[in-house]
Amino acid sequence: MQRESAIREPLILGHKTYKDITDDVVGPIMGPAPLGWKIMITISSIIAIYGIGSILYLIGTGIGVWGLNKTVGWAWDITNFVWWVGIGHAGTLISAVLLLFRQKWRMAINRSAEAMTIFAVIMAAVFPGIHMGRIWLAYYVFPLPNQFGSIWVNFNSPLLWDVFAISTYFSVSLVFWYVGLIPDFATIRDRMVKPLPKKIYSILSFGWSGRAKHWNRFEELSLVLAGIATPLVFSVHSIVSMDFATSIVPGWHTTIFPPYFVSGAVFSGFAMVQTLLLVMRKAYKLEDYIHIKHVEYMNIVMIVTGSIVGVAYLTELFISWYSGVEYESYAFINRFSGPYSIAYWTMMTCNVISPQLFWIKKIRRSFVATFIISIVVNIGMWFERYVIIVTSLHRDYLPSSWGEFIPTATDVGIFLGTLGIFLTLFLAFTRFFPVLALNELKTILKSSGESYRNKQVK
Amino acid sequence: MKKVFHVMYDDDEKLLVAARELVGKGIHVNEVFSPFPIHGIDPVIGIKRTRLAITSFMYAMTGLTIAVSFMWYTMISDWPMNIGGKPSFSLLENLPAFIPVTFEFSVLCAAHGMVITYLLRNGTLPGMPATNPDPRTTDNMFVMEITTDSNSMNAEELETAIKNTALFELSIKEIK
Repeated sequence: MQRESAIREPLILGHKTYKDITDDVVGPIMGPAPLGWKIMITISSIIAIYGIGSILYLIGTGIGVWGLNKTVGWAWDITNFVWWVGIGHAGTLISAVLLLFRQKWRMAINRSAEAMTIFAVIMAAVFPGIHMGRIWLAYYVFPLPNQFGSIWVNFNSPLLWDVFAISTYFSVSLVFWYVGLIPDFATIRDRMVKPLPKKIYSILSFGWSGRAKHWNRFEELSLVLAGIATPLVFSVHSIVSMDFATSIVPGWHTTIFPPYFVSGAVFSGFAMVQTLLLVMRKAYKLEDYIHIKHVEYMNIVMIVTGSIVGVAYLTELFISWYSGVEYESYAFINRFSGPYSIAYWTMMTCNVISPQLFWIKKIRRSFVATFIISIVVNIGMWFERYVIIVTSLHRDYLPSSWGEFIPTATDVGIFLGTLGIFLTLFLAFTRFFPVLALNELKTILKSSGESYRNKQVK
Repeated sequence: MKKVFHVMYDDDEKLLVAARELVGKGIHVNEVFSPFPIHGIDPVIGIKRTRLAITSFMYAMTGLTIAVSFMWYTMISDWPMNIGGKPSFSLLENLPAFIPVTFEFSVLCAAHGMVITYLLRNGTLPGMPATNPDPRTTDNMFVMEITTDSNSMNAEELETAIKNTALFELSIKEIK
């Protein structure tokens, strides 16, 4: 058995046994739905329905109902796309990269973080889809044989790379998540009494029985999937950034974009994980499993990635001046002093200053402060994408074609709608799925559980 | 007629100690059912390391080959086009632009191929019946399965050997 240093903070508090872990996680699934959950899912479904209505209105009427114009052809749609994909980076980072680094604290948060990833990527995929205008022709992005002769997709284009990156990322994350869920569904199946839910969980658990050989394969599979998902995490947002970086628009045409986008994605993803988990741990009484040490670890990841983002902002600014290219430097002068300067300064405050507060231990180890900062960072990261996209487009080489972008009600409705759909999916997940990775948590109970740790000291 | 012993332990370490003890006496342990992977059990009961990782590599190579040859066919052989002056005359010249898709497609094939192989090899597929001897084995109990037909000892000898371990419960079934 693995032993851990006794001065390390325990990861599972209290006197837990294997059975307690099962009870704490499966109990809420078997019991009736709490009132708070019912209220929240009602609100989020109403917002989701409003969003779906806005999307249908957009598809029925045309892209003209957005505030886009000839100058600003990408605005809230692609901002939201990049924002959601960014949020979708934390889950796989937690379950893949932290698995390779053998970080045990990931086991309490990986299941829900990965669920969040999957839902966020679904939300992200909505935007390029509806941005096409004629969504029924969306299959054009795939290299399919067609009736027009030899018309193939352009494999030189980053937009096509994106199609492959996002679809690979989504499906691999989904499969990785599901493979981990199978043994936990089996646990629920074996405890369920009501016949219909038992039947459903039995189908979902694929007849898992926990044989030694199966566990042997399970561990190998997790390790290899983590190994190949790790470069995938980094590649996806790099490719998203190339949608911008390979164009010749001032403000976009920079080689710093891939690492800058990847760290921004991890930063915003962790912020969203914090926002959701801090509520979830209270609502489902998981305080013993997700406690201040986990939050502190996540805050440390946020300091690192937030600082990389901060350095990237300043580097961009410096290089625009140092390059001596007039268009490039104007793009940045316009960012901080032009008509969208509020967005720029919001982004600077939220993303550069707020994560630095985590250097103070009191703030880093406070649930309230973390919750507030995580929301601030979510807002800041949305503005980052907005600044990059809109301020770069609205004034380019020809002053005669300069313009401005003003969002319409449909823009706002669709964005809020995706928030609603996302929350609805996440709430459904917390109600019907095991929110903690049971089988993984049980493996660390003896090495990192508080009561076992104390026995060791004696 | 054979007898099946399902020996239940309430702790993973107890099972591991018992398995070592029984295997030391020359008893063959058929199967272990546990709620999570017990580290160190595999060599004791004679489970070899899985070759799943090798299949993953093979699927990745398949994906790589398909991706590169497909892009060569569409972009260079079938209908070469001049897009933004980017080279479209030979695979080698165009390869840098093909790397992202090649990588993504290889990962796609490796991950899905490996997972499908895993599910098929395990025999865990949607709708399959559960085969664990006791529902508690997915919660907090650990069960070792020993049968008379895979052991040279008779049922009484096996039972005494099993009862000497720190077991929690023992169930004996007779199967014709």
